[in-house]
Amino acid sequence: MITLRINGEELITSASPDTPLLYVLRNEFQLFAAKFGCGMGQCGSCAVLIDGEIRYSCLLPVAAIGTKSVRTVEGLSTMEGDLHPVQQAFMEENAAQCGYCTSGMMIATVALLEEIPQPEDEQIQAALKGQLCRCGSHPRVMKAVKRAIL
Amino acid sequence: MKDLLKSLPIEGRRSFVKQLGTLMVSFPLTSPILWPSYGPVQEEKLPRTLQRNPSLGAWLQVTEDNRVQVFTGKIELGQSIKTVIRQVAAEELSMEMEQVEVIMANTAMTPNEGYTAGSGSVKGSAIAVRYAAAFARMHLCSLAGNQWGLERKDVHLDNGTIFSKDKKRSISIANVLGGQQSEVEVTMPIELIPKRKYRFVGRPNVSYDIEQIVRGEPYFIQDLVFPQMLHARILRPPAPNWNGNIDVAKLKLLLPEGLELFVDGKMLAIVGADEYTVVKTHRRLDRELKWHSDEVSVTDRTLSEKMKEMSTEEVEVISPTVKEDLAGATFEGTFFKPYILHGAMGPACGVAKFDMDLLEVWTHSQGVFPFRAALASLFSMPAERIIVKGEAGAGCFGHSSADDAAADAAILAHAFRGRHVRVQWTRQQEHQWEAMGSAIKIDVKATLNDQGEIVTWESEVRTDSHSTRPNKDPGTLLSARYLSKPFYMKGKGYIRGGHRNAEPYYRIASNKLVAHHFQGPLRVSSLRSLGAFANVFAIETIIDKMSRYLGEHPIDFRTKRLDDERAIAVLERLKEQTINEKTAEREGLGYAFGRYKNTDGYCALATKLSVSVNGDVTLIKCWAVVDVGEVMNPLGLEMQVEGAILQACSWTLKESVTFEGNAVSCADWNAYPILRFGNVPDFDITILDQPQEQPLGGGELATPPTPASITNAIFDALGLRIYSLPVKIQSHP
Ligand code: FES
Ligand code: FES
Repeated sequence: MITLRINGEELITSASPDTPLLYVLRNEFQLFAAKFGCGMGQCGSCAVLIDGEIRYSCLLPVAAIGTKSVRTVEGLSTMEGDLHPVQQAFMEENAAQCGYCTSGMMIATVALLEEIPQPEDEQIQAALKGQLCRCGSHPRVMKAVKRAIL
Repeated sequence: MKDLLKSLPIEGRRSFVKQLGTLMVSFPLTSPILWPSYGPVQEEKLPRTLQRNPSLGAWLQVTEDNRVQVFTGKIELGQSIKTVIRQVAAEELSMEMEQVEVIMANTAMTPNEGYTAGSGSVKGSAIAVRYAAAFARMHLCSLAGNQWGLERKDVHLDNGTIFSKDKKRSISIANVLGGQQSEVEVTMPIELIPKRKYRFVGRPNVSYDIEQIVRGEPYFIQDLVFPQMLHARILRPPAPNWNGNIDVAKLKLLLPEGLELFVDGKMLAIVGADEYTVVKTHRRLDRELKWHSDEVSVTDRTLSEKMKEMSTEEVEVISPTVKEDLAGATFEGTFFKPYILHGAMGPACGVAKFDMDLLEVWTHSQGVFPFRAALASLFSMPAERIIVKGEAGAGCFGHSSADDAAADAAILAHAFRGRHVRVQWTRQQEHQWEAMGSAIKIDVKATLNDQGEIVTWESEVRTDSHSTRPNKDPGTLLSARYLSKPFYMKGKGYIRGGHRNAEPYYRIASNKLVAHHFQGPLRVSSLRSLGAFANVFAIETIIDKMSRYLGEHPIDFRTKRLDDERAIAVLERLKEQTINEKTAEREGLGYAFGRYKNTDGYCALATKLSVSVNGDVTLIKCWAVVDVGEVMNPLGLEMQVEGAILQACSWTLKESVTFEGNAVSCADWNAYPILRFGNVPDFDITILDQPQEQPLGGGELATPPTPASITNAIFDALGLRIYSLPVKIQSHP
C-alpha cells in the first residue's frame, strides 16, 4: 500500500510500486485529465505537478513520489468548481482543438507562471517545448498563456 | 433505421435517453400539413444527406424538459463540428445554444453520413441539420397553430415555447408534441431564418466541449470505463509479411497470474484486468517474439529514386494534349514528398463487448457505418446486431488507426464474452502500423510564351492510394490479415486522391496530367488534403519561378493568370497585408495560393522566415486569407486554418517516415520529430466572409499552399530552390 497526496487528499493505492503514476491516476482514482500519449516521456500529455514542478506521470513510479504533493488538472479548480485562472484563460481563448494535449499544456503553464509570473514570449515557448500538439493549437495556447498572465 | 430500433429494444435510442434522465417525445405523424406559402423557397431540393434520411426524428428530437437533441452522423475530431451543428440548430429553432445538445455518430441513433472527411462536415451535416431544424420549427408552429385554430404565420417559436401573435396563448415544444411515437418526414419547401437575423451563425463561438476539456473531465475514448473492463495490448510482428515461430506454450509460461494470452493465427494479445500488468507483460513478450523477413525492396533513403520503376503505367490521363508548338521559356522541377504519419497525440483505442449475439463497439473512427459494415463481414454477422458508437478521439486528420484498434477490441470481445475489452495501442504501434499519408513524386514541365502567358503545363504524378478506409471488405481492417482465417484488402482504395489539385487553377493554354499508381512498401490511407499538399507544392514552386523570371510581384503574377474573382480577391487582400513587410538579410517572404480540390475553399498564404548559417529555418510569421463561402463559426475556422498551416509547416520542415522494406523504423517522437514550441510563428488570418455563398469547409484548404509558401520564402532568403521534402538545407553561409 502506498499513500499519495493528490490534489490535497491522501489517497491509498494498492498498485505495485513500479506502476507509473499515470495508470494509478486514471484507473484507480478516476482522474482522467492526464493522458497516455507515448509512455516514454516524449510528448507531455501525461504531465502533472509534483511539488509544483512539471513531471511526466507515465514514467514516474508511484513508489518514487513519497510525501511529495501531486497536482493534476482536476486539482487546479477550487472545491466549488471555480476554474483556475489558467483553465479560465484556456477556455476563453479556446486553446484546444481536439484537446488531447490540453491538460499537459495547462500543467506546463501553471508550472511556468508559478516560477516566472511575467514570462516573455521566448520563455513561454521554452517552457512549453516539451508539450507536443498535433492539431496546431500552439498559437491559441500562446494567447491563453498571455491571458493568464494578465 | 426504424427497423433497427425495433430489433434493438435494449440499446435503442429511447433507453439512451432514459439514461440521461429525460423522456423522449417524438414527432407525431399527423395528416400532411399544408404550409402557408410565404417567403421565398430556399432551395429546390433537400440537402443530399437529408434526402437519404428524410425522417425528422433521425436528425432531432425534443426532450421532455424542452431541450432539443440533434443527431449527427459525423464525429468530433477537433474540427469543431459539434459547435457548428449546435449553432445552426439553435438558430433555426430560435433557441439558446445551451438548450441544444449534439449527439455524435452512432449506428443505433444517428443518420448515416458516411465518413467524417474531406472537409465535408459543414457542407454535409451542418446544412442537413439547418434544414431539419427549420422544418422542425415550422412543424412545431403548425401543430400549435392547429390546436389554436391559428395559421402558422400567427404563431412563433421562441426558446422552446410557442406563442400566439397576441401572446395570449403559449405552449412548450414538448407539450405540443404530446408524446406520440411516429415520425414525420422532412420535405420542401422549407423556410430558413434570414441570414441577416442570425444570432449565432457567423459569430465566433468557443468549442462545444471546451469546458469539459479544460476541467480535465473524461471526454475521449481513452477515458471510457466500464465495470469489469478488461485491458488488452496487441502483439504484432514488426511489419506486414514478417514471419516468426510463435511458441504459444513458452509465451504462456511468462504470463503472470490472472492474465490471458489470446492467439488467433498471427494475432496475439495480452488481456487482463490490471492495465499496467498488461503493459509490462506486453513489453516482456514483445521482446520474446522473434520475427524475420528477407524482403528489403526499398528504404526511405532510396524511395525517391525508385518511385519511377515501382510505378505502373499511366492509370489515368486527364487533359491529354499538350501543344508543343506553343512552348516558350521552360520551367521544370521534380518534386518529392515522403510518407508522413497522422501522428495523433492519443494512440488509437477501442472498446468492445459481445454479449447475447450483440456486438457493441466504441470507436473514434471517422465512419461508424462503413466500419460497422467491415465488422459485419469480418464476423459474418448481420450489421443490425452490431452497434458502433462514435467517441471523441485525438485529432488525426484522416483515416487513422481508430478502426483498427476498435476491430482489435471486437475480435477480443468475441473471446471474452460479456466483458468490455479495451484495446490501447502503444505509441510504437501507432507509428509503425497506422495507414500513413502516401509518398508522392511529381514531374512538372511548363512554359511561358513571349507575352508571359502560361502556354503549356505537363505533369506526371506518381503515388500510392490515398484512402483505404474501412468498407464492407474486412481486409481494410489491419488485424484481419493476421487471423487464422485471414482477409486481405481487395483493390487499391481511392487512387484518384493522389492527383487532387494536380491541375493548376491558373489560365493555361494547353495542359496535360498523367497519373501513375506507385505500389509502395507501406500501408497508406487518407491524410489531410491527400495529394493536394504535394501537388500544390509543385505548382506553386513553378509559379514562383515564373514570376521571378518575369520580374513580376508573385501576387500580381498569379492574379493576372486567374479568372476566378474570389481567387483574385484572396490574393489581393494578401498583398495588402504584406506589402509593407521588409525582410532583413537571411530572411525571406514566400507566397502560395490554392483552391482546395479546385472546387472548394480559397487560400492565399504568405510566410516570412529566416535561415541560419547552419541551415535551420525559423518561422517568423504566416498570413493567410481564406474564403470558404458562408462562415458558420469564424473562431473555429481561424483555428482550423492556423492548425492546418502549422501542421503543414511541420510536414514541410521536419517530417519523413523512415523504413527498411515494409518495416517502419521511426517508432517514437524522437525518431519522428514534429514541429514544437520554439518554432511557432505569429499568425494573421483574414476570413473573407461570403454569407450568400455555399459553405465550403475549412479543415484542409490551408494545407496545400503551406509548403510552397515556405520553400518560396527560402528561395527569397537564400536563392536556393527546394524540390524535396522535408526541407534540408546544408549549412549555407
Ligand atoms: S505520455 Fe508521458 S510524456 Fe508522453
Ligand atoms: S489540440 Fe489536438 S493534440 Fe493538441
